[in-house]
Amino acid sequence: MSNEKGPLLEMRNIRKDFFGNQVLTDINLTLHEGEVIGLVGENGAGKSTLMRILFGADMIRETGGYGGEIRMDGQVVHFNSPFDAIAAGIGMVHQEFSLIPGFTTTENILLNREPKKRTVLSEIFGERLDTLNRTEMDERAANAIEMMGVSIDRNMIISDMPVGHKQFTEIARELSKEQLKLLILDEPTAVLTEKEAEALLASIRGMAERGIAVIFITHRLQEILSVCDRVVVMRDGYVVNESKAEETDVYEITRWMVGRDVKLTEAEDEGRSFENANTILKVEKLWVDMPGETVRNVNLEVKEGEILGIGGLAGQGKLGIPNGIMGLYHSGGRVIFEGNEIPLNSPRKCLDSSFAFVSEDRRHVGLLLDESLEWNIAFPAMQIHDEFLKKYLGGLVKWRDEKAIKEVTDKYIEELAIKCTSSKQKAKELSGGNQQKVCLAKAFALKPRLLFVSEPTRGIDVGAKALVLDALKKFNRENGITIVIISSELEELRQSCDRIAMVSGGRIAGILPASSTLEELGALMLSQVI
Amino acid sequence: MNEKTIEKKEKGAFGKFVDSFGLPRLIIALFLLLLLILAPFVGADLPTQISNIIARFSWNGVLVLAMVPMVHSGCGLNFGLPLGIISGLLGATLSIEFGFTGPVSFLMAILISTPFALVFGTGYGWLLNRIKGGEMMIATYVGFSSVSLMCMMWLILPYKSPNMVWGMAGKGLRTTISLEGYYDQVLANFLAIRIGNFEIPTGTLLFFAVLALAIWAFLHTKTGTAMTAVGSNPVFARAAGINVDRIRMLSVIMSTWLAAVGILVYEQGFGFIQLYMAPFYMALPAVSAILIGGASVNKASIMNVIIGTILFQGIVTMTPTVMNNMIHMDMSEVIRIIVSNGMILYALTRKTEGSR
Repeated sequence: MSNEKGPLLEMRNIRKDFFGNQVLTDINLTLHEGEVIGLVGENGAGKSTLMRILFGADMIRETGGYGGEIRMDGQVVHFNSPFDAIAAGIGMVHQEFSLIPGFTTTENILLNREPKKRTVLSEIFGERLDTLNRTEMDERAANAIEMMGVSIDRNMIISDMPVGHKQFTEIARELSKEQLKLLILDEPTAVLTEKEAEALLASIRGMAERGIAVIFITHRLQEILSVCDRVVVMRDGYVVNESKAEETDVYEITRWMVGRDVKLTEAEDEGRSFENANTILKVEKLWVDMPGETVRNVNLEVKEGEILGIGGLAGQGKLGIPNGIMGLYHSGGRVIFEGNEIPLNSPRKCLDSSFAFVSEDRRHVGLLLDESLEWNIAFPAMQIHDEFLKKYLGGLVKWRDEKAIKEVTDKYIEELAIKCTSSKQKAKELSGGNQQKVCLAKAFALKPRLLFVSEPTRGIDVGAKALVLDALKKFNRENGITIVIISSELEELRQSCDRIAMVSGGRIAGILPASSTLEELGALMLSQVI
Repeated sequence: MNEKTIEKKEKGAFGKFVDSFGLPRLIIALFLLLLLILAPFVGADLPTQISNIIARFSWNGVLVLAMVPMVHSGCGLNFGLPLGIISGLLGATLSIEFGFTGPVSFLMAILISTPFALVFGTGYGWLLNRIKGGEMMIATYVGFSSVSLMCMMWLILPYKSPNMVWGMAGKGLRTTISLEGYYDQVLANFLAIRIGNFEIPTGTLLFFAVLALAIWAFLHTKTGTAMTAVGSNPVFARAAGINVDRIRMLSVIMSTWLAAVGILVYEQGFGFIQLYMAPFYMALPAVSAILIGGASVNKASIMNVIIGTILFQGIVTMTPTVMNNMIHMDMSEVIRIIVSNGMILYALTRKTEGSR
């Protein structure tokens, strides 16, 4: 090896196909010590597959390995398992948390790498009986957390934590590894509030200064620009563009990503006014016991025909509002819909009163992952309104009407441009954006009078985002359906809503027209934070 | 996610076939085929053997069918089958005790066992609703304990019929009760086809077909759809306004009732009522039959039931004859145990479908 520092990581002509289906084609990527690169691309562009190859994921080997070569410090390496990758100094923070819920932060950070103390027993029976050195563990965890520049409770149990803190714990775990040279962050900010994301970005810069190279994957382009040295854009398995961060902008990256022009709409003020409209939904003194999203006392009026946005920081209770009203978490207070009081804690009663809810938790609440799109879309309408059923023996036998189900599914597949092989495809096989569209279709098929949509664009890419928001707007405009959108992204609320209610500390801090500036909304957002 | 779609392995035509058919199922099917080919060479009469397989299938079909509702609602495999069987046994013994004979006794046995199945099923369902996630383990214990309790009850209950009680004491039921004069072969003899050594118990097959059709139809109704959805994702079902506990309860009651009817069908073919520890040995064969048929812990179809029962019963009937004639040693029991327990173990460890 020469004295001159070569690149830390070189990926040359990486190819990967899943038996004929080419997902990565001739990917070249170099990374120097202390460099931060942003990796962006729509869902399914191949980012995750590329990172899995680099991290030696089992799935890559099981599906026939990859082509091309990876060099670290000039040496060709071939990781057969994530353990090899970790030993070589690569750390990865996944989109999904891999933490033990019942353990504390410290225990999770140092799991299986705990500093140990020898004891009498371990002298006799070997090192498996060493005890944990709690003081040193605490110190090392504290160091790792400090490196990120945030404060999280080291002794808190993971299951009690807000998502943001879980994310930081994951990162701290990687940082606490001494041999760490390269850190892969797969959408770490997706679940963070803006303030937490800021802190994370700052810590990424800190890591880079310490010589750790970072590959940063995110859909939030602004973050990429502010923290990365270089931006690599992938599309359909190719690297379509690579440029210095300071030489590009959000608009350009977006264009590269989607391969077409996406209009970055400004808050458009159509000047719709609902001041004289009927109040369709009145919420009084609502409290909801949703872990991490407690609602304390919410009073809210929704006008007929409007799109109301509910924004706020994560953990302040905005997600608790729809979940509580729909009866998915225990709640109390009064909900009055068109003059009738709706009993709480009963999903069925809400659905019968023609509410519909698109949950923020697509995979667990929103979809029947193992069933066909037909089932996913038609099921609630079938159960609630007895639709898509043929009745025999005077309604005694309610037979599934496969034809009607297929018709309605095909209709929504076309209307919402859901990418799938057929209406029989299983929901789990779709990409995040398309899954979200299925969730919307499911809610639309219920023909609700009032629709709650929670985090409609979480974890989906720019292209799909615009489609989802447009679909909601269209549904509102054409059918006069009142919609309540709950979202962490203020920009998104400003683009699609008529009024925006800001939640802070489990209460509504105020309601502003969508044309308000970000500063005004931001001030409300932070007004009562607990 | 998109990546997951692509993740699906492809292995060429043969591999695909193995994947879709299931390797264990393939091995068992080939083994059965081998046995059938070997049979004439070792001196066994093939028509008799095939008749045996069909008869065995007809006895056991309903018991295997009893697995389906609970699998669909996400309660897992019904290891608590003995509970339903006990309801059936109560129906059977009471029907005889009340003096019914002939085909009527079979009908009465079903009628009398129904309220027992409903009550037991309700209690069982209530219990399973409190321990979501650990259904199969608890179900096993429900099976164990109900059998043990009934071991005492068969002795204590005041049965009087001389055809059923111990001869000397005049009280307490015998371990095996002959059904001659009651409902022995009542279904099997209905429209039965006999050609030489070859026999088809048409009535029993029809009875199974009717029940299977009923379950198939039920799964196509609104409630049946809800049941499948509850099994697939209970949170989704709840968010769609389904009363998850009620649907699960319904599935458990259905399973229990089918088990009750199933044991009666079994008895009419077998010709005897078996009490005491007998129900205990009925659950595992039924569980493994449906698994061999290609069902998993949370997906099962009528086709799985039919294929599984034929394969499992085929092995059980064919191995003794062929093996005995070949190596003069009774291997059938050993093979039966290996197949049934091995199959259950295999299904429970399969990650993709088995994990919930």
